[in-house]
Amino acid sequence: MAGWSTDKGMAVCLPQANIDTDQLIPARFMSVPRAQGYGRFLLHDMRREETGDLKAAFPLNAQEGISVLVAGRNFGSGSSREAAVYALVDSGIRAVFAPSFGDIFASNAVNNGLLPAQIDEATYVALSQSLERRPQTIMIDLGARSLQLGSVGARFSIDDSWALKLINGWDDIDITRHHRTAIAAFKNIRHQTTVWAWPNGAD
Amino acid sequence: MKPIAQTMLDKLWTAHEVLRREDGVSLLWIDRHLVHEGSHHAFGKLKERGLSVCEPDLTFAFVDHYAPTRRSSQTSDPQIMGMIETLRQNAHDHGVHLYDLDDPRQGIAHVVGPEEGLTLPGLLINCGDSHTSTHGAFGALAFGIGATEVAHVLATQTIWQRKPKSMRIRVEGTLGLGVTAKDIALGWIGKLGTDGAQGHAVEYAGAVIRGLSMEGRMTLCNMSIEGGARFGIIAPDETTFAYIKDRPFAPKAGAWEQACADWRALSSDNDAQFDREALLDASEIAPTVTWGTSPEQALPITAAVPAANEVTPAKREAVRDALEYMGLKAGHKLEGTAVDRVFIGSCTNGRIEDLREAAHVLRGRKAKIPGHVSPGSAKVKAQAEAEGLDQIFKAAGLDWVASGCSMCVGMNGDLVEKGQRCASSTNRNFKGRQGRGARTHLMSPAMVAAASVTGMLTDVRWLLERHQ
Ligand code: SF4
Repeated sequence: MAGWSTDKGMAVCLPQANIDTDQLIPARFMSVPRAQGYGRFLLHDMRREETGDLKAAFPLNAQEGISVLVAGRNFGSGSSREAAVYALVDSGIRAVFAPSFGDIFASNAVNNGLLPAQIDEATYVALSQSLERRPQTIMIDLGARSLQLGSVGARFSIDDSWALKLINGWDDIDITRHHRTAIAAFKNIRHQTTVWAWPNGAD
Repeated sequence: MKPIAQTMLDKLWTAHEVLRREDGVSLLWIDRHLVHEGSHHAFGKLKERGLSVCEPDLTFAFVDHYAPTRRSSQTSDPQIMGMIETLRQNAHDHGVHLYDLDDPRQGIAHVVGPEEGLTLPGLLINCGDSHTSTHGAFGALAFGIGATEVAHVLATQTIWQRKPKSMRIRVEGTLGLGVTAKDIALGWIGKLGTDGAQGHAVEYAGAVIRGLSMEGRMTLCNMSIEGGARFGIIAPDETTFAYIKDRPFAPKAGAWEQACADWRALSSDNDAQFDREALLDASEIAPTVTWGTSPEQALPITAAVPAANEVTPAKREAVRDALEYMGLKAGHKLEGTAVDRVFIGSCTNGRIEDLREAAHVLRGRKAKIPGHVSPGSAKVKAQAEAEGLDQIFKAAGLDWVASGCSMCVGMNGDLVEKGQRCASSTNRNFKGRQGRGARTHLMSPAMVAAASVTGMLTDVRWLLERHQ
């Protein structure tokens, strides 16, 4: 995964709280192999008529090339389905700004190069007002934890270890494999001192 | 010097910490890893990198999300069967134990893990499913993870994690008639909100929690995630040990004594400090139902649907939106709202005690609306049949089907039709969760049973009183 530290993108606002992962991608699409791309499933039932046509009034459908979402609190709450992040990433979304995120969603996002940026309520209000009528250009500086959208300049927060991971495009499996010896030693001690932690294969 | 008082979270964390990086993120050892059909992305990632499962003996696979509950019609769906077949293949290729469809112990991971004695106090349990928090009922550190993390666990048996803050929810007093663990859960989430415990591990404590069965404790810990907490934990006690003893994978003989001694030491120290505390008075909790599209939109059955201007400004839009989706009007009394169908099951409320509570309400009564009961596991199903509960459900007119996630998420095709209102013992009333346009009301199994009898949202206490 390639790292990134600055981005210039086009932002829209979905002015709703609790956009959960069942809405980000309804369960019925989750048996599709990732290689087929998940972008077309993003917010499927919110965004599309029952015929599958895009709803003209839905903010995300305003134009092509949207790469940043601003949304209400508790974005990505609910299920652990990483498919919700795949749907965002495969649609070209690089960052989501919201007052709070579902925990599992946020770590899934970082694992896929998507920035879950936490903003305070005042920033949320300012951004959603600026985006009320149309999408606008946004500049993101991950290192400085700052954003600029028109006249709105603000800071966002993200766990330092997550920011580093995004900037460097790090992959946890590679990092962890450097600690192989420590893990083996830990397992050995646990096995000796805590026998009951291993399943007693009775059958 | 007096040692620093520790919370149960502190003790569990320390026991699993392989190392801690300078930035404060810990590498934790995982004792049990549960996988299911949805883990195909993770197995795919493993394959891409040419890696194999590093601890197959600590990894267990479950057919639950796509499990056909009405076997004949669903087993012919190639998409459903393809998901199950992929899991079979992955389990086989990596030497992982699979609870397959025809296994008498098949069922939902969060029901079968405890039943099999795979879930124990003091363990760290991960699963690519948010309701992994269920296992915290035993005093285990248990949390849901995403696919990339599942791949990481498969490859390394560890996970990188920043320790959450600690929060204690104490429930004191006495629960009233017809009030269950589900009502405690919906009650606190309704009060504190779906992000009320975000970033915190919630420890449930107090006299009411001590008095709950393991089934009730699991329901409560299961719902923790709906309040924003990834972890829900309850200190293990004699109730816990009695549940675990003699389960197939539970420690035996000498190891059992050692285990119980270690488990007793897990409780939070008396003077341990929590980052946050909340106190609930059990006598104030009524049978609770959700009226909206988020678990926090929950109210006592005696209440009326709120108007947008009755809530804080930040939540107004959500109320308007939920009312529209749910087809409800502000001021409308919850009790008496017509319901189209019912569902009893899921990892939240698909255990034997849940079925007993529902059957107790339904005994000698008829359901006015259609619905089905899907036990959380094949073992629960067999137990219920041995007790004759299936006969009560069938006599009432409800369908008695096989075990699986079923209508909790509808991946197996058990869906609520558009615009239909479903009284459900599950955990999420999100838009479209039970099917596109489906309107879900969450409540306890007893309350679902009551709704089936009257065809409306009903205060189960009326029916229970008449039974006495
Ligand atoms: S029953 Fe529902 S919540 Fe539980 S594991 Fe299955 S889909 Fe998830």
